[in-house]
Amino acid sequence: FTKRQLDASTIEEFEDVLIRADLGVENAAHIGEILRLGLFNRNISGEEVREAVAGEIEAILTPVARPLQFEAAGKPFVLLMVGVNGSGKTTTIGKLASTLKAQGKKVVLAAGDTFRAAATEQLKVWAERTGASLVARGPGADAAGVAYDGIEKARAEGADVLIVDTAGRLQNRAELMAELEKIVRVIKKQDPSAPHAVVLTLDATVGQNALAQVEAFQRVAGVTGLVMTKLDGTARGGILVAIAAKYRLPIHLIGVGEGIDDLQPFAARDFARAIVGLES
Amino acid sequence: MFDSLTDRLGGIFDRLKKRGALSEADVGEAMREVRRALIEADVALDVVRSFTDRVRTRAVGAEVIKSVTPGQMVVKIVNDELVAMLGSDAKPIDLDAAPPVPVLMVGLQGSGKTTSTAKIAKRLTERGNRKVLMASLDTRRPAAMEQLATLGQQVGVATLPIMAGQSAVQIARRAMEAARLGGYDVVMLDTAGRVTLDEALMAEVAEVKAATNPHEVLLVADSLTGQDAVNTAKAFDGRVGLTGIVLTRADGDGRGGAALSMRAVTGKPIKLLGTGEKMDALEDFDPRRVAGRILGM
Ligand SMILES: Nc1nc2c(ncn2[C@@H]2O[C@H](COP(=O)(O)OP(=O)(O)OP(=O)(O)O)[C@@H](O)[C@H]2O)c(=O)[nH]1
Ligand SMILES: Nc1nc2c(ncn2[C@@H]2O[C@H](COP(=O)(O)OP(=O)(O)OP(=O)(O)O)[C@@H](O)[C@H]2O)c(=O)[nH]1
Ligand SMILES: [K+]
Ligand SMILES: [Mg+2]
Ligand SMILES: [Mg+2]
Repeated sequence: FTKRQLDASTIEEFEDVLIRADLGVENAAHIGEILRLGLFNRNISGEEVREAVAGEIEAILTPVARPLQFEAAGKPFVLLMVGVNGSGKTTTIGKLASTLKAQGKKVVLAAGDTFRAAATEQLKVWAERTGASLVARGPGADAAGVAYDGIEKARAEGADVLIVDTAGRLQNRAELMAELEKIVRVIKKQDPSAPHAVVLTLDATVGQNALAQVEAFQRVAGVTGLVMTKLDGTARGGILVAIAAKYRLPIHLIGVGEGIDDLQPFAARDFARAIVGLES
Repeated sequence: MFDSLTDRLGGIFDRLKKRGALSEADVGEAMREVRRALIEADVALDVVRSFTDRVRTRAVGAEVIKSVTPGQMVVKIVNDELVAMLGSDAKPIDLDAAPPVPVLMVGLQGSGKTTSTAKIAKRLTERGNRKVLMASLDTRRPAAMEQLATLGQQVGVATLPIMAGQSAVQIARRAMEAARLGGYDVVMLDTAGRVTLDEALMAEVAEVKAATNPHEVLLVADSLTGQDAVNTAKAFDGRVGLTGIVLTRADGDGRGGAALSMRAVTGKPIKLLGTGEKMDALEDFDPRRVAGRILGM
């Protein structure tokens, strides 16, 4: 690589790379500023700049890269899955059930999406694939009631983990967010320490609206951590950097396909390197 | 959708309109603000760049300098360019072909294809007085076919009977055959979601297109999409030749940049907006009205 003095236009090029990955103007400018302060006028190759940018992103993400832990004082551990429509909640639940089963845990899935057509049938397929039990009521039933049934059933079966699926909802739809609040309330009534985890799924293709999603779901449902899905596509999911900088919520896992094994731990270094187009 | 973009641009324009003479530096400053507002609204970077370049070139030109109200002139230029970018006329779904007319729905996973398929079928049945058949070519996603069948029952539109073991192309052919025999006017073909890097699945959808020769190929895309909107739109357009775009989740509070990006990179019109989960939550997309709304006019 030929080295040359790091100049303003090179830094701008890297800011553009970050904007194209959905980090947002502010975060891109912030990282650009760090480069300016630290490396300006130094003789440095393009590749070294790339490494430096990845390093800055990794530093933001490392503190939030935390595994999802299924440990609670009593049983069952209750996980509530939330997020906007189509973000990957049900599929991620299926993948998680499979991981837990492999660890020898007994899992119950509650079909809390009583709204979307065939949502229960979809979760049922995942229950069959993973050998988890399923709790469901008919279409249009009260979602909080399904969560209630889930806890009862998990207790009766001595299950280790209950995962409650919910209908997708946009965070600006007040009536739907109120329904989610009610689900949490009903779970708490059964077990004041539950839900032990409230996981928000974010689609990698989402842009700046993800910030509003995190804010609202955290306020209403007490989100404890994030999963980013669909990272097998062309989207880089850079909005996670903005979210990490602003909310410091743990990021647990990433979805990299539709298959049962397409779930991986969130690795700050790999993620940061992928954003700037470096191999991990 | 678009609300906060409207607010941001409104502020910039108010300041501009109050100015007397405008220097090149004033225009430059305003364009930097516009650039930022557009990127924050998820408009793709390259689309923002060519937009602000076009506006800047015109704004430092004679039509503005000679104007008595240069600030207002610049605002008008932004308006014109925005309308040009969105396209000026509303473009409804076109069914002007020999029946049964195939309509192919494509897009990424979870973008809203199945829901939009049923919404469109309902509208064509009720308002267009067409006999519509829906078929799910999604052989992958759990309960995808049941989802479309359930929606078909809800909206009172026929769905192709589910047969296990057929490929997407085989189902598509069976749907066309059933439509011809059954005297249907329109066949809505719902497909599985796919990431554009998945070569096997992109080849599958291209094969479906070749087998059915659809009159409309609609990309169903999430209006909350960020910068990836351009990759997605270009890849689907390149592979299957889109005729239009359906933007879903317009009931969200996203700033709608994906709409501008996708239209700009493909030149294909946005035809419809999904505005909710319910079956009647579908609106026509009128670019002129949207441009007016974005600019608060
Ligand atoms: N490529 C890819 N597709 C995924 C991934 N995770 C989920 N999907 C797909 O995305 C689509 C939506 O996933 P679901 O799990 O149904 O999403 P959801 O959030 O439960 O959707 P609603 O319940 O309708 O709100 C399905 O086609 C899934 O197969 C992933 O990591 N990669
Ligand atoms: N709020 C809102 N939700 C929508 C809209 N359109 C679709 N949805 C929801 O988005 C989710 C995904 O919709 P689907 O129609 O299953 O999406 P799809 O593209 O067929 O998904 P796959 O087949 O898994 O790729 C569902 O929860 C729908 O109810 C819309 O315009 N607004
Ligand atoms: K999406
Ligand atoms: Mg679901
Ligand atoms: Mg579908």
